[in-house]
Amino acid sequence: MNLGPHADFIVAAYAVTLFVVTALIAWVLLDYSAQRRILGDLEERGVTRRSQRKG
Amino acid sequence: MAVIDLANPTRFLRIVDRILPWLIAATVALFAVGLYRALNAPDDYQQGATVRIMFLHVPAAWLGMFGWALMSVAALGTLVWRHPLADVSGKAVAPIGAAFTFICLVTGSLWGRPTWGTYWVWDARLTSMLVLLLLYLGVLALYWTAEEPGRGARAAAILSLVGAVNLPIIKFSVDWWNTLHQPASVFRISGSTIDPSLLTPLLIMALAFTLLFVSLHLAVMRNEILRRRIRSMQLMQAQEVHA
Amino acid sequence: MNPLAAILMRDMRLAVRVGGGAFMGALFFLIVITMTPFAVGPDLALLARIGPAILWLGALLASLLALDRLFATDHDDGSLDLLMMGEVPLELTVATKALAHWLTTGLPLVVIAPLLGLMLNVDLHALGWLTLTLAAGTPALTFIGLVGAALSVALRRGGLLLAVLVLPLTVPVLIFGVAAANAAIAGPTPFGPAFTILCALSLASLVLGPIAATAALRHGLE
Repeated sequence: MNLGPHADFIVAAYAVTLFVVTALIAWVLLDYSAQRRILGDLEERGVTRRSQRKG
Repeated sequence: MAVIDLANPTRFLRIVDRILPWLIAATVALFAVGLYRALNAPDDYQQGATVRIMFLHVPAAWLGMFGWALMSVAALGTLVWRHPLADVSGKAVAPIGAAFTFICLVTGSLWGRPTWGTYWVWDARLTSMLVLLLLYLGVLALYWTAEEPGRGARAAAILSLVGAVNLPIIKFSVDWWNTLHQPASVFRISGSTIDPSLLTPLLIMALAFTLLFVSLHLAVMRNEILRRRIRSMQLMQAQEVHA
Repeated sequence: MNPLAAILMRDMRLAVRVGGGAFMGALFFLIVITMTPFAVGPDLALLARIGPAILWLGALLASLLALDRLFATDHDDGSLDLLMMGEVPLELTVATKALAHWLTTGLPLVVIAPLLGLMLNVDLHALGWLTLTLAAGTPALTFIGLVGAALSVALRRGGLLLAVLVLPLTVPVLIFGVAAANAAIAGPTPFGPAFTILCALSLASLVLGPIAATAALRHGLE
C-alpha cells in the first residue's frame, strides 16, 4: 500500500486516533473494574442498598 | 420499550450488560471493513494519499457535534422532564464528545500540514471545532469541580443548553470572520463532491465510529450508575455508624 | 420605591464603595493597554493596526474579571437567598443586578476607551466609532458573563472556572465588535452590518442571559 510522499502524516493521524480511542476504552474498563471491586467490598461487609433491604 | 422504562437504573444495567457485547462485536466488524476500504481507497486527485485522513477527520467532526446535541437533549431530560437517567447520560457523553472533537482537531492539523503547508490554519471549520472543544472542556470542568454529583449535573445541563443555542451563532460568526480575512479561500476539506469510491469508505467509517460512540456511552453510563450506587451505600453506612 | 430600582441603587452603591471594585475594571483595562507595547513594540503603525483588537480584548478581560463579584458577595452574606425568595421574578432581579454591574464596571471601560485608543495611536476619526462598538458590545459581555457567574456561584468555585465557561460564549461578540471597529477605520467592509449584528447579540443576551442565569441559580442552589 503506497501512502505517497506524506505517509508520515497519514500514519501519525491514524496513530493519534488509535491512541485516544484506546485511552478512552482503557479508562472505561479500569473504572468499571474499580467500581465492581468497591461494590464487592461493600457487599461483603454487609452494607446493602435500600431496595435490597425491602425485599 | 418506552424511554421511561429505562428510568430504572437496575433494569438499565441489565439491558446494558446484555446488549453491550453485541454492540462491541458490531463495532469491531465495521471497523475491520471500514479500515480495509479506507486504506485501500484510491488517491484523491488533489490531495493524493492524504485523503485517507479524511476517513478519521470527518466522522470525528460529526461525532463531536453529535455529542453536544446529545448532551443538550439529556439536559432537557434533566431540567424539564426530570428523567432519572438523563443527567447520567449527559455526563457520560461529555468526555467522549470532547475526545472526538480533539481527534478532529489533531487529524485536521495533520491533514493541513501536507495539503496547506501549515499545522494550524484559522479556517472557519477548524476554528469552530476549536471553540466547541473549549465549550466541552468547560462542561468537564463543571463536572470536575462540583462536590455533589447532582448539582454539577444540573449546572452542566444548563451550560449544554446555553452552548447549544450559542453554537450556531458561533459557527456563523466564525464563518463570517473567516470570509472577512481570507476572501480567496479555496480550501475545502472534503471537496465539493465526493467520489463514490471515497464516499462508501467514509460512510462505513462514520458508522463504525458512531457504534463505538454508543458503546462507550452505555459503558460510561454504567460506570456512573455504579459510582452513585457506591456513594449512596457509603453515605448510608456512615449514617448507621452514627445511629 | 420600586423593588427593582432599590436593587439597582443598592448594587451600584455597593460597587462604588471601598472594596466594591467598580473602577478596578477600568484600571485593569488601562494596565493591559499599557503593557501591550511592551509586548509588541512601540511601532505606532503596528499599534494603530491592532489597536481596536487590543482594546476589545482588554475590555473583554476586564469585564470577565469583575464578573464573580456579581453574585459572590450576595451569596456569602445570604442576601442572594432572600432575593431568590422574594416576590419579584428572579429573572428581573438578576437582570437588574446585571444592569447595575454594567453601569459600574462596563460603562467606565467605554468612557476611558477613547483615551486608551489615543495611546495606541488609533485614528482619531475612528475613536468615536470604536467607542460606540464598545458601548454596544460590553452589555453583551456582562449579560453572557452573567450565566457563567450564576453557574460558578452555585458550585462555590470562582475565578478561572468562570473565565473558562464564559470566554468561548463571547467569541461572536468579539468577532463582530472588532470587525465593526476595524470597518470604521479602514473600510472596505461597511460598518453597518457588523455593528447591527453586534447590537442584536447584545439585545438577545439581555433577554436570554437572565433566563439562563436564573435557571442556574435555582437548580444550583436548591
